Amino acid sequence: MNERTMTCILCPNGCELHVAWEDEPTKDAISVDGNLCPKGLVYAVDELTHPMRTLTTSVLVRGGVQRLTSVKTASAVPRDALSAVRAALRSVVLCAPVAIGDVVLTNAGGTAVDVVVTRAVPKKPGEATS
Amino acid sequence: MTESIRTVDVAVIGGGPAGLAAAEAAAGEGADVLLIDRNPQLGGILNQCIHDGFGLHAFGEILTGPEFADRYMQRAREAGVQLQTQTLVARLTPERHLVCSRPGERETLRAGATVLAMGCRERTRGMIRIPGTRPAGVYTAGTAQYLTNMANVRIGRRVVILGSGDIGLIMARRLTWEGAEVVAVVEKLPYPSGLPRNINQCLLDYDIPLYLSHSVTCIHGKDRVERVTVARFDETGCVVPGSEFDLSCDTLLLSVGLIPENELSRQAGVALDRTTGGAEVQDAYMTNVPGVFSCGNVLHIHDLADWAAEEGGRAGVAAARYAGGDRGTGNGERTVAIEPGEGVRYVVPQRMRVSESAVLLSLRVTAPRGATTIRAAAGGVTVGELRLRKAHPATMEQLEVRVRDADGDVEVTCT
Repeated sequence: MNERTMTCILCPNGCELHVAWEDEPTKDAISVDGNLCPKGLVYAVDELTHPMRTLTTSVLVRGGVQRLTSVKTASAVPRDALSAVRAALRSVVLCAPVAIGDVVLTNAGGTAVDVVVTRAVPKKPGEATS
Repeated sequence: MTESIRTVDVAVIGGGPAGLAAAEAAAGEGADVLLIDRNPQLGGILNQCIHDGFGLHAFGEILTGPEFADRYMQRAREAGVQLQTQTLVARLTPERHLVCSRPGERETLRAGATVLAMGCRERTRGMIRIPGTRPAGVYTAGTAQYLTNMANVRIGRRVVILGSGDIGLIMARRLTWEGAEVVAVVEKLPYPSGLPRNINQCLLDYDIPLYLSHSVTCIHGKDRVERVTVARFDETGCVVPGSEFDLSCDTLLLSVGLIPENELSRQAGVALDRTTGGAEVQDAYMTNVPGVFSCGNVLHIHDLADWAAEEGGRAGVAAARYAGGDRGTGNGERTVAIEPGEGVRYVVPQRMRVSESAVLLSLRVTAPRGATTIRAAAGGVTVGELRLRKAHPATMEQLEVRVRDADGDVEVTCT
């Protein structure tokens, strides 16, 4: 029997999960205790097989009222792929105006997930954009 | 410079989550609402909180700080709130006259009701008195967050973080992602002060060590931070002799607490609670100054913006009703005090009216606990109860109470 204690990150409750499993930690072969909702079970299985995380970072914007805008992966991506997504974003430069939800990168770092803008940046008045 | 006088039903000071929600709610009650913020953009500190985890309660989805702020800005606009940025409220009188200053203009506002939603500031090195030299490279975590996420400034390469508040934890991950090495997070208390999930996703994911019961006892370096001395502290708060060690770093972040920003409130004569650092309010969030309401982080520090916004909404409704002539928001009615008892650090509101309506109490426990019952009792009679599997000072708890008869003051305790 394998056992592990982990903190669920899916909501601010941060449930402390006590997880036990035989051979493979699958949905049916795992026991999870301490979760306030069913998402805890899904989180535990994901965490033991392929941990998923959302990346939130910033990218450069030209011609806007701010130099940066914030972005996120549209859904969680494998934790192991976070550095590839960050590397792919390093060369991204946007032109103002940008709006929330604008896609700045598709298939980010080979994850099949888009990276989208999370903060609108209006054009700087009097600034010409190409 | 021009000067003018204007009258509004409700003036809201501060355009973060609490202020935006208060303004929207007040406008929803039919009030003529003006929201004032000193920054060029609304949203307050949410704009620099680019991480996700917001909105699960308010919107049922997981949003980043800027997205969460945008939702509230849109809602305030749609509700007909006048939004005025780049405007500083320089003075607030007990009669709710607001002296406002903005580029090229000074204006005096007369408000039927005022909602204080100015948020909070960070505790600094000076406030916690860390000995040592005074080199560059010592930042509060929120300033580091602003520089990294908004100003595109690289703050350092080898970072030690003092304090395990959520902003410090979030910055540990953020700086790691930006290529810095976070050497350690050092916490004086024997338990982390941030949310457990942030310990997991911000520290454990990146093998960043967390030293509990430790603090920084000296900062070294001439022009720039070169290293810090860290020592273990015992239960009485004294350094354990011989436990000191040095960590080499060029940057020290301080995530050592937040202080409600109540300068304007004091000017207006608002009485403050010594524990929360925010106003003392009754159940409609009205302070001792009639018509002046308080909500969000200026009232007490919240761990979630969702709760700050929700509180803002309640204060906004009450402010609109007061401005509309409903003086039944406090004065003259019978009220009872709400006191924190055993195991409870504070309770907001500090007073409530005796009535049929339920009142939501926000509170924090003094120390981490296992299975806990939080009980509110008036004159020995239970008026509200909350059972928890665990309780932690990092997590604000909410408890509904009803005091129908004049049972006496309410005491909230943990067992």
